Amino acid sequence: MTNDDRPLSPHISIYRWPITMVTSILHRATGIAMAVGFVVFVFWLAYAASGPDAYAAFSAVMSSLFGQVLLVGWSWAFFYHLANGIRHLVWDAGFGFEKAQANASAWFVIVSSVVLTAIFWVVVS
Amino acid sequence: MSLRSPLGRVLGLGTAKDGTGHWWGQRVSGIAMAMLGLWFAISLATMPGYSHADAVAFIGPLPNPVLLILLCVTMAYHSNLGVQVVIEDYVHSHGLKLASLIVSRFAHIVFAVVGVFAILKIGIGA
Repeated sequence: MTNDDRPLSPHISIYRWPITMVTSILHRATGIAMAVGFVVFVFWLAYAASGPDAYAAFSAVMSSLFGQVLLVGWSWAFFYHLANGIRHLVWDAGFGFEKAQANASAWFVIVSSVVLTAIFWVVVS
Repeated sequence: MSLRSPLGRVLGLGTAKDGTGHWWGQRVSGIAMAMLGLWFAISLATMPGYSHADAVAFIGPLPNPVLLILLCVTMAYHSNLGVQVVIEDYVHSHGLKLASLIVSRFAHIVFAVVGVFAILKIGIGA
């Protein structure tokens, strides 16, 4: 006999995500994104070592809209993972575990990653 | 008095005393990546341009090739540790997990070596 009306315990699709959960998931997601970015970094080096013609093909892909979106994504992923990684190191040292502190540092990491990404692209252009 | 069973003692099984190795490796390479990554981000942003000549002019002269090799190797190491944890968390079939871990390890080493070779080729001017 099934009873579809019984109460369910909250799951990720039901309740509002705490911001600390968002930062935790993003840390892993940005890390995986940059593992892919590492491959592109090596391609950049290899094409640079292969000469101007090979480099032009790489450069064409990276300057396309698709490539630019990826580069903006990777730059944000880097600054996010950097800021949140420092947050993790502070935790490892034993500080910042209070709920209010963890929430505040989560927002600080998110805001600073966006600001640093914006500064990066302003300097690039 | 030892609490270990005679069989366990004979087989020599037990803790390998390196249980915290992964944790420390991730933290220490993370600290290195913070410094090397920031250097690379600032260098990329302040490059005069992004042509082939600009790239070679950045990669070639010291100390940049040395720093780039450190970056490439540290990135491969740090990425390998991170991807390893993700595979261990999400791939539940034992065979597929083992295969994925081996492929990931091989790939990280191959890309690190290709990157280092490319940097040396430009840096030494071969």
